[in-house]
This record gives sequence, C-alpha cells and structure tokens, in this order.
Amino acid sequence: MSIDIETARRVAKLARIKVEDDALPALASEFSAILGFIEQLNEVDVEGVEPMTSVTPQRLKRREDVVTDGNQQAAILKNAPDAREGFFAVPKVVE
Amino acid sequence: MSDLTKLTIAQARDAMRKGDTTSAEITAACLTAIAGADALGAFVHHTPEIATAQAAAADERIKAGEAPDMCGIPLGIKDLFCTKGVPSQAASRILEGFKPEYESTVTTQLFDAGAVMLGKLNMDEFAMGSSNETSVYGNAVNPWRRGNDDAALTPGGSSGGSASAVAADLCLAATGTDTGGSIRQPAAFVGITGLKPTYGRVSRWGIVAFASSLDQAGPMTKDVRDCAIMLGAMCGHDPKDSTSADLPVPDFEAALTGDIRGKTIGIPKEYRMDGMPAEIEKLWQDGTAMLKDAGAKIVDISLPHTKYALPAYYVIAPAEASSNLARYDGVRFGHRAKLAQGDGITEMYEKTRAEGFGPEVQRRVMVGTYVLSAGFYDAYYNRARRVRALIKQDFDTVFADGVDAILTPATPSAAFGLGEMTDADPIQMYLNDVFTVTVNLAGLPGIAVPTGLDPQGLPLGLQLIGRPWEEADLLNVAYSLEQSAGFVAKPTKWW
Repeated sequence: MSIDIETARRVAKLARIKVEDDALPALASEFSAILGFIEQLNEVDVEGVEPMTSVTPQRLKRREDVVTDGNQQAAILKNAPDAREGFFAVPKVVE
Repeated sequence: MSDLTKLTIAQARDAMRKGDTTSAEITAACLTAIAGADALGAFVHHTPEIATAQAAAADERIKAGEAPDMCGIPLGIKDLFCTKGVPSQAASRILEGFKPEYESTVTTQLFDAGAVMLGKLNMDEFAMGSSNETSVYGNAVNPWRRGNDDAALTPGGSSGGSASAVAADLCLAATGTDTGGSIRQPAAFVGITGLKPTYGRVSRWGIVAFASSLDQAGPMTKDVRDCAIMLGAMCGHDPKDSTSADLPVPDFEAALTGDIRGKTIGIPKEYRMDGMPAEIEKLWQDGTAMLKDAGAKIVDISLPHTKYALPAYYVIAPAEASSNLARYDGVRFGHRAKLAQGDGITEMYEKTRAEGFGPEVQRRVMVGTYVLSAGFYDAYYNRARRVRALIKQDFDTVFADGVDAILTPATPSAAFGLGEMTDADPIQMYLNDVFTVTVNLAGLPGIAVPTGLDPQGLPLGLQLIGRPWEEADLLNVAYSLEQSAGFVAKPTKWW
C-alpha cells in the first residue's frame, strides 16, 4: 500500500508531531516501505483466531478500591517544565 | 587482588565474603575504568557518590554476615530505568533534565540486595533501535574490533551501553531491557551473556515503557552463573505491575548442574534463513553438536509462522509505543518547546514532540498511530495480534511435544560498523531482530550465550529459548553450552 503525502500529513497531525511540508514526501515513502513489509501478514490465514490480548493466560490481580498513595503534590510537580501555584501550567486553551 | 573489574559476580561475591577484597575496592576500580573509557560512550550519567556510599554500606553488611549474593556488586543501569534523583531519560531529548522522584522496582530490589550503581548506561532512544545509533547521547561503541581495523563497530541495541560496559569490564554486570531482542542481540555482538525472562517474571514498574506487552528487563553479565544470580535479585511479584506474575522465584544458581542428559533440544528449520552467513550456520551446527555430546536429544522442529514475526512485531510494538509515548506532551516532565506568540496547546504538543523525539522514534510513533487509526485497526493491529496468537501456538505445540529448549542463532551476523546502515532503509535494520523477536511475541524466556568468533575475530552468540517460567532449566542448558563452548576471548583494550 502506498501512502500519499496527504495521509502522511494526517498521521503526523494525529500523532501530534510537527512535520515540515518539505519532509512529508520522504516520510510518506518510509511509511509505504514499512507498510509494504507489514502487508506480508495478509498471507496468513487467521480465520477463527482470536487476537492475543495477553501472552500469559492469567487473570489480572485485583486490589481493594482504596486510596493507597497520595499527598505528593511537590514530588509530582517537581519535573514540570512550568508549574505555578500547585498546578501544571500550559498555554491558554481556547476552544 | 588485581583486575578487580574483570571479576564475575560470583567471584566477587566469594572474594568479598572471604575478606580478600571489598566492595569499596571493586567499586573504586570500576569508577577508574569508567573514567578512562569515554571513547566507548557506555556510561552517560556518572554516579560515583552514590556508588561509593552504597559500596561502604555493602561492606558493612558483608562484614556482619549473611549478605545477599548481589551485595557490594557494582552495576551499570540502563538509562531506561527510573532511578530516584538521577537523570533517567531513555536516551531521549524529550526527557532531558528529568530526575524521577521514585525508583523502579528492579533497581529498588537490586539496591535492597546491596548492589552498587556506578551510573546510567547508553541505549537507543526509548529502546527503539538495534545499533545504539538513535541515542541522544551519541553512539555507544563496541570494545571489539575487526582484527587490526580500527573502524568503530556497534555494540548492538537497544541495550548497547550495557553490552559495551560489561564486555569492556567497566562494571561487573548491567541491567538491560528487551522488547524485540534488545538484551540478546547486543549481548551476542559483544561476547557476553544476556537473558530476557518470561513476560511477567520481572516487574516493569518504573521502567520507561516502549511496548508494554513485549517489554521485559533482564541481566547482562559475563557468564551464565552471573545471569542466574542477578536474575534472582531482579524478579518476583510486584503489586505495582498488574502483569507481574505471583509465582515463587526459584534458586536459579542452584539449578546450574551442567547435566542436560535426557533433555530434548529443538532445532527450528524456519530459522535457517536464505543467505545465512556460513559462520552463523557453522556456529549453530557446532552448538547443536555440543548439546548432543552433553547428552541432550536433538530433534528437528517446525515453527511455521516464524516468517511473520517481524511484520507482526512492527505493527504491535509501534502501536503500543504510540500509545505509551503519548504522555510526552511537554506538560508534566521533560522538554517543552519554546513557543511563538499566539501558539496554543496543540502547537505546544506538536513542537515539543518534533524537537524531543528523534527520527526513529517519530517514525515508529507515526506508524503506530496509523495502524491504530480508524479504518485500519482491524486490517493491521487486530490481524497482527491474531498472527501473534499463531506464533505463540507454534511454540506451545513444540513444548507440548516434549521439547525442553530451542537452539537458534542469536543474530544474523556479527557486529556491523557504526554508520554502515545509515543509508539502508529502516527494514534492513529491523532484520537484526529476526531470531529474537518471536520470543517476545510469545512471552518466552530467551538467553544469548557467546560460543565462537567469526573469521574477523568478532564474537558470535547462540540463543536458547525455554518454556515459560522455566528460566532455571533454560539457564542450566545455557550453562552446559557455555562449558562446552569454552568462550573466553576478550576484546583488546584500545580505549
């Protein structure tokens, strides 16, 4: 399957990665090569096979639904690029 | 004692217990070796103060008696592990400056057992790569060279710094992680031993996630015994990782008897690839003969879906990565791009991720985004998960037929030159994982053991694949192979 420039642009947008217009043709051709490689999977008969969700057939552990952690505001904000008054700060969001 | 950095974990443990040396001495020797090895690019963050303090504490414990096996052993830690207060940036620009406020479960367990951290080790960015060339820190370099040729070779990837550091005797052992071969391929490229445990054996908590259904951490060591010792300290149930298995941890070292009489070893015909180099073919045949001579029964087996493992992996791993790496948005940690007047939150995300992720990571995140996008989810992602089920079924079948372990080459070639693959398309690089990736897809334990040298004097390794949760048995087969192969070659120091 060949990926066109518009599809490459759309995927970059979905992935929230800025790709300059002049880089799109090369990106589209790389995608095409990788997807071409992946397309071998179409040769496999997967009729009736369930998609794997877990390699080990085990039921995930459960725990009591109680608070086990918390009160770590300072630690959580410590690595933030911009934190103010106990919050993460981001550019103005206007919808 | 001389050459303290060359000690194995077992030798150092025994020497420290006898009082022949101390952790302080071994640690100091390693720190000196590291200081003189910048040319290898293995250690990217140095923690001598932590190491010295941990070594002193370890010596107290050893003196008091009953110290655990890993007590006082100086290690390198892959940069993918979160280490409290110490840079942990997965070799990515996007985590520049990130110092975790917490410690990964694996490093917590190792440090609780008395192990010493010398520093953080180079790797491919977010563990995506097979040559350590995608790292923001620059290349890690293989201590081995082709004969008298001084061309720099890759130590493999993604755990390239771990491989280089252990092979060059900068540390006694290192942690690695393996999503498609990232412990086993670099171990084979530098002539050391590396084990990827059964999925769920080792907690993933606090390890920067790449592809959560495939990622496992494991030991990279100088020999099989060390692998057994270090694995024991790394694994065990962790309530903080819901996929961590609540199973008892056996004494792996005690399983090393070297007696493999009556064991059945499978040789999968699908791993005999077209164009396989003669030295790899010979290595494999020699390894088969060694196991046979040791009393194992050799059987030909078929794993019919092998061919589809790499394409399935290159759907599943990027899909999971695109989801895992969505957290790098410039809000909570790491890099945030400088914004222009009027830029909103979307521009912040897009610029931050464009600046913070290198080309290979961007490529995989976008491929993952594509295969998960509306209209393609079934055709790509669900189909790949179905094929994955068939790949696992192939292994289930041969194990049910009585096979105890499977012997394959670890890599399709010896270490290649840094920069040699620059102009190749990404798929050429992906082919490095052709023998290892099936093991991650099936969640099995696999170990790479060095067994020979190629005509240019570079190390080559074989891979043994075991039954789920039977690392002890797998390590014992590996131990037998190691003893028969008698691989003792070391790189000549040039750095």
